[in-house]
Parts: sequence; C-alpha cells; structure tokens
Amino acid sequence: MNINWKWDMFFEAFPYILQGIWVTVGLTFACFLFALLFGFVWVFLRRIKFKPVNWLVTWVMEFIRSTPPLIQLFFIYYAWPMIPGIGVSLTSFESAILGLGIHFSTYIGEVYRSGIEGVDKGQWEASTALNFSTRQKWTKIILPQAIPPTIPMLGNYLIIMFKEVPLASTIGVVGILALAQTYGTDNFRMLESYTIVALIFLLLSYPSAILINKLEKKLNRRFDKKAAIQENKGAVV
Amino acid sequence: MINAIIEVFPVLMRGINITITVFIFSAIFSYLFAFIAGLCRVSNNKFVRGGTGVYVEIFRGTSLIVQLFWLYYAIPMLFDVGIDNRLMAGVLAISLNYGAYMSEIVRGSILAVEKGQTEASIALNLSRAQRMRIVIFPQALRMMLPEFGNYLIQILKATSLVSLIGMTDILYHGNILRSTNLSAAPTVYLLLLIFYFIMALPLIFLTRKGEQISKRGVAS
Repeated sequence: MNINWKWDMFFEAFPYILQGIWVTVGLTFACFLFALLFGFVWVFLRRIKFKPVNWLVTWVMEFIRSTPPLIQLFFIYYAWPMIPGIGVSLTSFESAILGLGIHFSTYIGEVYRSGIEGVDKGQWEASTALNFSTRQKWTKIILPQAIPPTIPMLGNYLIIMFKEVPLASTIGVVGILALAQTYGTDNFRMLESYTIVALIFLLLSYPSAILINKLEKKLNRRFDKKAAIQENKGAVV
Repeated sequence: MINAIIEVFPVLMRGINITITVFIFSAIFSYLFAFIAGLCRVSNNKFVRGGTGVYVEIFRGTSLIVQLFWLYYAIPMLFDVGIDNRLMAGVLAISLNYGAYMSEIVRGSILAVEKGQTEASIALNLSRAQRMRIVIFPQALRMMLPEFGNYLIQILKATSLVSLIGMTDILYHGNILRSTNLSAAPTVYLLLLIFYFIMALPLIFLTRKGEQISKRGVAS
C-alpha cells in the first residue's frame, strides 16, 4: 500500500481554497443573525394561548427541525420560485441564509425559551406591581435577565451552523467546499483539496469551541445555578 | 396537484429502501462508536483517553459533508485502494460523526453518576469492571436516553446527504425528477420533506418516551 500524498499540490491548492473563507464565514454570520432574530418570532408565536394556534406552531417547529436542512435548501432554491402566486426567485446566497436561518431559528427559539423560563417568577410579579407596561416588562426586566445566560448556548449554535454552511455548496454558494470541489476535479487531486477543507474547519471551530467553553464557565460562576441547568439542555445539535 | 403527486410519488418511493437502509446501519454503528469512544474516554489509560479524544475532536470539529466527501473521494486516493462501496462510505461517515458527538453524552453521563455510587461499590469490594457494568453504567444509561433520541433524529436528517455521493436514495430520485421537469420541483421537495417528517415521527415519540423513562423515580 503506497501513500499517495503530494505536498506541492497541497501548497498550490491551499491559497486557492482559502479564497472561499469569506463567503463561508460571511454566510455563517448572516445565517446566525437571521436565526437570532427569527428565534424571537417563534418565542412569541408559542406564547399565544389560543390552543389551535399553539398546537400548529409547535408542530411547524417540529416539522422544520426534524426534516433535513439539505432538502429545505433545495425547496427554497428550486421549488419556491415555481409556486404560482407567492413564488420568489432568490440567489443561492439568499436561499442559504433563509434556509439554514429558518432551520436553526427553531433551535434558537428553544434556547430563548429556556432562558425566559429561567427568569424568576417574582420578576414578573414585581414588574407588574411596579406598573410596567407589557413592552417595558420584556425589554427592561425579562429579556436582559433571560438572554445573557444563554450566550454560551448561542455560541455553540454558531459553531454548529458554521459546520452546516458547506451544505450551501449544493445550491451553488462558492465557499471553501465548492472551491475544493472545483480544484479537486480540475486537477484530479481530491485528496489534498478535501483535506485542506477539513483542516480549515478544524482550525476555526476547535479554538472557538474552547473559547465558548471558557466563556461558559465564566458565566456559570456569574449566573450560578441557572446557567448550569441550561448547559445540560444545550448539547443537542 | 393530485396528478402531480400521483406522478412523483412512485418515483421517490424507489429510493426509500436506500434511505432506510442507510439510516438503520448508521444508527447502529453510531451507538456502537459512541459507547466504545465514550468508555475509552473515561479509561484509566492516558493513551487510550488521548487517542479517543483526538478522534472525537476531529469529527466534531469538521462538518459531516466534508467528512463524507473525504471518506468517499480522498481516502481511495490516499491509499490507491478504495471505499468503492458507497453504502459503506455513507454509513461510515455518518456514524463516525455522530458517534463522536454521542460519545460525549456517554462520557458526560458516566461522569455525572454520583461519586457516592463509586465509593459504595468500592466498599462492597466490586472490581473495576463490575463497578462499571453493574453500578455506574445502568444509571448512566438512563441519563443518556433523551439525548440519544434527539441524535436519532439528527442521524435521520443526515441520511439525506448520501445522495451527494451518488447513492440513489429518495433525494437522489427527487433531484433527477426536478432536473428533467423544473415545474415539478414544489411537489417533489414537499413530498420529500413530508417523507422525512413521517419517518421522524416515531423517533420524536421515542425521544419523549426516553425523557419520561429518564425522569421516572429520580428526585431532581
């Protein structure tokens, strides 16, 4: 068995593939931002007390969460423009933001919910007693306490999304994976080009994971038990 | 609409065997890798622990799609011999990836079993293996159940990726249909999503069951 690794190819391919890093990282942050905002939509939809609406929202979330993001991307990119009436044609980058953003917003909505449930009941009562309006209650009392303890979990989702973003290469977003595919097929060197992609992912995600771990420990000390409970729930992808 | 469904449905059904086969094999091997790696990570031997740690971090640190392509396209080049078998490459990629994730659950659950249990079993003169097998592991297992259920759904979702290495699963057939007839795209992908959701439903209920079992009789 002879090992067939070519270093010259590796160094030739590296700068070429690295060009795609801005698209990959940019798409990650765009998706994450979208998911962060859209997550709030789920939180408020789920707070509607009307039974059928509540039931519907729960199952829609379950549907989005338990079907593959790859097919959701294809749906948005290929199928949505074909639907008469509401069809809108999006670029591959926009489709990826929408597809992955909505997919992960369902997870992020749950993170927010756990944060909100972690806020002490007395805080609600106190803000009612102090005659805060509903809006003030949320923006001044509840959310400032609910969101900071969830930051490590949100950070975990950022890393998870970073690792899902290469799916977008299937609808034509030219990030590092797509460039590696091009380089690999042009030069018949799949080995080096895919190894480079794996290496870039590892180099970016592993240190970020350590960073978030540190942050988590720091916040745990600050928010004490509350965050420790949520940490246990946060491991789901 | 009804006509379109009647037309599309049987074509997609041709791939259902592959999707289910990949799912079942991936699930079995994921659990296998998870238990092996999880137990290795609480081993006393420094090298076993370190080696498994490297495996876990590499597979958790890169994305599944990259691992899949790497196994299918790069490995055959590296050794000049190939994983010619697509099923093997697909199952191996998915189960190595999720095995790594779930091994953390296994490790975490084992470490979460109360210290007093270990001390008590030492006091009862159980050997190290007995301690793990009889006392620690059964208690850890029930803590793993809810997360294991969640990962089962993740594995199901991941099976859609095997179409990218040319396995003829339901997504593959759907993509071919779409490329010949673009106007069929909404029906195709909606049906695919519903297919996956129907397959996920039993897993969702299984997960809830797992949560109940893990809560039963435990003071929290």
